[in-house]
Amino acid sequence: MTIVETRAKRGDAADGALGGRLSRIDGPAKITGLADYALEHHPQGMVHAVLVESAIASGRVVSIDANAAERAPGVLLVMTPDNALPIKSATDWLNTPPSDAPYEPLARSITFAGQHIAAVIAETFEQATAAAALVKVYYEEAPAIAGLDDPKAGDGMPLDRMTIEWGDAHGALANAPIRIKHEYRTPREYNVPIEPHGLIAEWKGDRLTVWEPSQWIDGMARTYAEWFDIPFENVELRSPYIGGGFGSKALALEHGAIAINAARMLGRPVKLAVTRAQTFTAYGGRPATRQTIELGATRDGKLVSIVQTGANETSMKAVQVEPLGSVTSIMYATPNFSSRQNVVPVNTVKPGALRAPGENPSAFGIECAIDELAYEVGIDPVQIRLLNYAEEDPHARKPWSTRRLREAYAAGAEAFGWSARQPKPRSMREGNQLIGYGVAAGTYPVRRTPGEALVRILGDGSVEVASSGIDMGQGTYTILAQTAAEAIGVPVEKVRVKLGDSSLPRAPVAGGSQFANLITGAVHKAALAARDELIGLAINDPNSPFRDLQANTLIVENGVISSPRDTGAGVGIAEIMQRTGRERIEALRDTLPENLRNEKDHFRNFTTITTMLSPTDGDYSLHSWCVHFVEVRVDADFGTVRVARMVSALDSGRLYNPKLAESQWKGGIIMGIGQALLEEGIVDARNGRVMNNNLGDYLVPTNADIPDLKVISVGIPDTHASVLGGKAVGELGIVGVAPAIANAVYHATGVRVRDLPITMDKLT
Amino acid sequence: MRDFSYVRAATIDEALSAAAMPATMLLAGGTTLIDLAKCGVAEPERVVDISHLKGLDGVRIDGKAATIGALARMSRVAEDPAIKGEFPAISEALWQAASAQIRNMATIGGNLLQRTRCAYFRDPATFPNCNKRNPGSGCAALTGVNRSHAVLGGSSACIATYPGDLAVALTAFDALVHLGDRQVPVDDFFLLPGARPDKEHAMRPGEIITAISVPASPAARRSTFLKVRDRQSYEFAAASAAVGIELGGDGRTITDIRIALGGIATKPWRARAVEDALRGTAFEHDAIKEASRLAVEGAIDHGANHYKIELAPRVVERAILKIGAAA
Repeated sequence: MTIVETRAKRGDAADGALGGRLSRIDGPAKITGLADYALEHHPQGMVHAVLVESAIASGRVVSIDANAAERAPGVLLVMTPDNALPIKSATDWLNTPPSDAPYEPLARSITFAGQHIAAVIAETFEQATAAAALVKVYYEEAPAIAGLDDPKAGDGMPLDRMTIEWGDAHGALANAPIRIKHEYRTPREYNVPIEPHGLIAEWKGDRLTVWEPSQWIDGMARTYAEWFDIPFENVELRSPYIGGGFGSKALALEHGAIAINAARMLGRPVKLAVTRAQTFTAYGGRPATRQTIELGATRDGKLVSIVQTGANETSMKAVQVEPLGSVTSIMYATPNFSSRQNVVPVNTVKPGALRAPGENPSAFGIECAIDELAYEVGIDPVQIRLLNYAEEDPHARKPWSTRRLREAYAAGAEAFGWSARQPKPRSMREGNQLIGYGVAAGTYPVRRTPGEALVRILGDGSVEVASSGIDMGQGTYTILAQTAAEAIGVPVEKVRVKLGDSSLPRAPVAGGSQFANLITGAVHKAALAARDELIGLAINDPNSPFRDLQANTLIVENGVISSPRDTGAGVGIAEIMQRTGRERIEALRDTLPENLRNEKDHFRNFTTITTMLSPTDGDYSLHSWCVHFVEVRVDADFGTVRVARMVSALDSGRLYNPKLAESQWKGGIIMGIGQALLEEGIVDARNGRVMNNNLGDYLVPTNADIPDLKVISVGIPDTHASVLGGKAVGELGIVGVAPAIANAVYHATGVRVRDLPITMDKLT
Repeated sequence: MRDFSYVRAATIDEALSAAAMPATMLLAGGTTLIDLAKCGVAEPERVVDISHLKGLDGVRIDGKAATIGALARMSRVAEDPAIKGEFPAISEALWQAASAQIRNMATIGGNLLQRTRCAYFRDPATFPNCNKRNPGSGCAALTGVNRSHAVLGGSSACIATYPGDLAVALTAFDALVHLGDRQVPVDDFFLLPGARPDKEHAMRPGEIITAISVPASPAARRSTFLKVRDRQSYEFAAASAAVGIELGGDGRTITDIRIALGGIATKPWRARAVEDALRGTAFEHDAIKEASRLAVEGAIDHGANHYKIELAPRVVERAILKIGAAA
């Protein structure tokens, strides 16, 4: 099968409407194995590519001896920079024009351990793997900078564009009666999706088909088209299912170029799946960060100044910013503020986006710091947050569209039983277990890009929705079926959703928690247009039974058309289509503003992020908000930390499907528990190698680590944020989890751990 | 992973003669072998499949001992009522090991022979120097990433931790490893790395583990296995302790005590100094705490693994208190 069968079959009728708790309609295909993931295709004649990686972190490749590998059984090609067909540079996602220099996905100059330097293509995966081990690489090694803590790394480069300042932050801090200053650190963290990155590339003449998991079909298809100098329309990228991305599957990567080039050179379909170890080096995760936060406050805990200086590591060749001031600058009201940020180049793969880039480590800093201030001045941690509540966006100086954060504190504290907390650290205990309560808030911005969608009403009365947008588990298939069902007036099981194919109408990136809002907006618009045309047909067509009613409009409900003036049973959509001789009604609609409604800007809208509106474009500041309440149990002798229970109250505006939104929140919260207690890329400083590059050693939470998670929605529809009233969901849940746990660990033990993860050795 | 020939042994004798051939490895549950072959550590020329051999997967228990066939699956042994009753520490060690999927596949014989999780050992493409893989080539872990490495039993050639849980419990209760007709005490079966960390156990070429026997004892009956780790499940031990105790008729004199530690040493580590200090004394918290410190006598850390020296005695202490308090 190519396009998924996604008719909804389960749940109550009410679940099918927008806002209903319909289960994921792609779920049965996934749990029965019918869902076809990219790497499960087997085009005729397919061969296998395996990457050869750099064993050094810095230097250059002097020469590659491929003789033995080329003679190995089954080997078709050992691709090196010397024999690879040239590839053109491509426009990037910010619409930066390409350079004239060729794009070289196989490196001669080495800037990190694990960099791709050659690829072996053979008839079988095993042959390619065996031959790749025979490729001899001769290096000239140079000193490497292993990471942020390497003394050679220094302070890095200041990024003036990240500076946020108002008032006289340093002056106010110097005069503040209460001052606290601490450094907070987060390590390298990795996306580690269970489905590894990879692709199958097949050329037919100058037409390219790629099966590859993608969070951004159109963005990646454009890159491939430009790399290989073919028209955009000649690229078909298929990604009906994605086994986890978390930000790492949005952009075309080096291994994609290598596989597509190999397919072009050999004239055969090529499959390249990165190994689990390579998921730590074929692309980057969240960079390591450090930030120093100074808070100045009155003796009763009112902030007078925040001064923050931060840095994140980046690669030697590119600047990747993890914006550490993003939460610091909007969470609390303060008359004086300063945030500055450096980036520090080290010998690593270019870091990338990992769930809530920026907001996540930013919240770790400020939400621990405000907790420390609460203990310093002797105020309840919830109270100090309410005391410094920002009534408007203190940075943009605009009103919030909605900010249900007070409601979140109230609902969360009530459900958690926060009032049972003993204020003094290390004062709650059960046997060997030290008990701690912690709280922290989080936020994620509402980003907005115009969308596009096609909606069809078919002759049998069923409905089709089509978009090149994707579902990586967040529930796009399901909420689009609900959106179309409600807008047209058909049962949700009559709606079939097609996604994840570049031949379908365009879609921007499924990232930045923007996708559900923009794609439901587009589908809603297209569905209403199709419904209007259906009603017009029923009113005006000479063969329609409603022809003689002279009605202005008709009702479409549950797949049946009726007149508001006529109490009869009505006529099914299929019958109307049949009587009027229509095979389909089709509406393709976009939500682009007039000034972008031209071919060039339309293309730019879907293949770059240059049309994305920031949360403060317009009259309001648009953000989602959350609060996490945590109880931890810390073994007094061992220092092992277990999360005993969590209550989170979240404001994501209107939820299109609460069941799926709750799942996304919980997924983020679980990732946050991993970040707080387990996750850390550990590098050997001698050669820059990530030593725990496997799922046995890079620890993510198991079911046993996750208690019952209670999530409470406190949002209300926010039509400033989106057409249908939703705000950001996917990246919100993780923000604030790590500081809530760190704060709870302090409350349990009296030990303040300011560098993640909080492992037992830091508590004993 | 390089090509190898596959032989399916029809009888134990056939397996024995095949195992005696050079560059041959046995395949039972496969959970270790396949893993090591994929990362390029195990490169057998011949794999002898013994997984279907008859008569090696039973668990027998009488008044004197339990005998566990080498091909018994971990989960099967863990849930055996007699093992649970007579050797709770063995059942608990198995339950806390690996994941459900692995426990359903892995065999007891293979479990004993699992290799270390030292990341340098498991990455031959990047780190050619490893005395365990390639004697005399050096040890990358001594000055590398070694938070999980051993603080006991190491040498200047190797500080790789023995990763398993079951063998720790077996060591506490003086189990015997059956190599056909020959039987070796489990404490002698595992070797210290010394100058030859590639020699991990006392098996001779061509020998196969056929069974494990564990003498029954009051201490084994009153026993527990405590495993401490950052992740609640599916992680190797930062430190673990198998403890069994026998109290005298007065209910407070320790007449017998057995203690072995895991996660901190290059082999399953019998803590005889702690046993000797407590045997014959009254069951008393302060004395137990004091004696437990002897568990890490002679420990040497390499920086990141220093915490294990603090942690291990606390694990021993907690395990003794737990099992002593349990009526």
